[in-house]
Amino acid sequence: MIVTENISKSFGKLKVLNNISMTCDKGETISLIGPNSSGKTTLIKCLLGMVLPDSGKIYFDNKDISGSWQYRDSIGYMPQIGRYPENMTIGEVFDMILDLRKKKEDETDRELIHSFGLDLILKKRMRTLSGGTRQKVSASLAFFFHPKVLILDEPTAGLDPVASEMLKEKIRKEKEKGRLIFITSHILSDLDDLVTRVIYLQEGKVLFHKSIKQLRADTGEEKLSRAIASVMKSSEPKLSDVN
Amino acid sequence: MADILRSRIIIVYTLFLLAISLSIFNLENNASKGMLSMLNIILIIVPLVSLIFSTIYMYNSSEFIELLLSQPIRRGQLLLSIYAGVCFSLLVAFAIGAALPVVIMVGNSTAYMMAGAGLALTAIFVAMAVLGSVITRDKAKGIGIAIMLWLYFSLFYDALLLLVMFQFGDYPLEKTMLVLCSLNPVDLARIVILLQMDISALMGYTGALYDQFFGSSAGIIFSASLMSLWLAVPLWFT
Repeated sequence: MIVTENISKSFGKLKVLNNISMTCDKGETISLIGPNSSGKTTLIKCLLGMVLPDSGKIYFDNKDISGSWQYRDSIGYMPQIGRYPENMTIGEVFDMILDLRKKKEDETDRELIHSFGLDLILKKRMRTLSGGTRQKVSASLAFFFHPKVLILDEPTAGLDPVASEMLKEKIRKEKEKGRLIFITSHILSDLDDLVTRVIYLQEGKVLFHKSIKQLRADTGEEKLSRAIASVMKSSEPKLSDVN
Repeated sequence: MADILRSRIIIVYTLFLLAISLSIFNLENNASKGMLSMLNIILIIVPLVSLIFSTIYMYNSSEFIELLLSQPIRRGQLLLSIYAGVCFSLLVAFAIGAALPVVIMVGNSTAYMMAGAGLALTAIFVAMAVLGSVITRDKAKGIGIAIMLWLYFSLFYDALLLLVMFQFGDYPLEKTMLVLCSLNPVDLARIVILLQMDISALMGYTGALYDQFFGSSAGIIFSASLMSLWLAVPLWFT
């Protein structure tokens, strides 16, 4: 569903993405893991068309995304740190996005809004919200339009344990509906029972892209965090592409 | 957009303009003297506030704008709507704070011209600010650019013009001066408003020339279209 071919991007002298090629299909839940500054957020921004790669192509549903914006209709994005205009209320933010997408209220997925209790505080201004509550707004926005593809950048960061569980439950539900889900996270224990494939980025290159079964078999570890740790420790990281 | 109107700064700006308009007209018995002070204040303050407020707003909302960019919407369309929102709020502030009082208290053509020019200047400088903040991601650089732009248009440009006039005083300069003045929206506004007042007689030969050109309806249309050009070009680049 999403295919990238030899994507490269440099910011000045720093080569952030180095010839990244990957194929991601529907129904997969892919975790993008890697050390800080490995290019995870930049890759996500390329997929969203926010950053234009220096070279290479990205295909969404077999169509080149460069220059097009309509494909984002099927994508729900949750940024790492959600910042909103201070004087807007939560309700106004949702209305604004609804208006922007030209959709009607009954076409929306309000489940997270209810579970997080956001529907009780729709009149609160964004300025008065804590960081965690803002994350809840970002999360609800990502799932709002029943998107086919979900891109979640550090989704559980800043959420209290209850909210974190609710979000993971929602991700699980969407996964069963056959969505393609990208999750970037450093909290590997959260990802353990959610992901089907792992893409490991290091210094802008794809170190490996395996299914979680394969990863477990290769490293002999059950927990994702231990598996990744053992990969990072091994002296010769192999560059394996789609299996 | 409603959130901007609610912003404290816009309210303060409106009240500030209101305070200035009211105090000027209450202190001066002579309406045209009052207008003159009003003119100078508007020509300096409006571009400044429009530039700085819009730049700061753009940078503060940059993450939100990024979030909006992940939606299915064309980039140009998004920036244009942001421009419209900010511009509208500043226009409302100017309208309530300065345009309305001026028109109510001194209802002659100068007043209308000043109100119109102020609104136009607001729109133009917000456009420049939006363009400026899109070009550079660095907040400090962006605000620096905004301040530079303001200094350039308000002060530096006129200084340059005066220099040119002195250096080339022997040559017939009138047409050149016309062109050069047109390149600065603040100067355009100033000239157009001054011409509505009778003070233009004091400007001597140059005044007569300007009157002949700008005073005519062709001149006014020309100025208006130049102003729109000032508006359209930055928007297009954005």
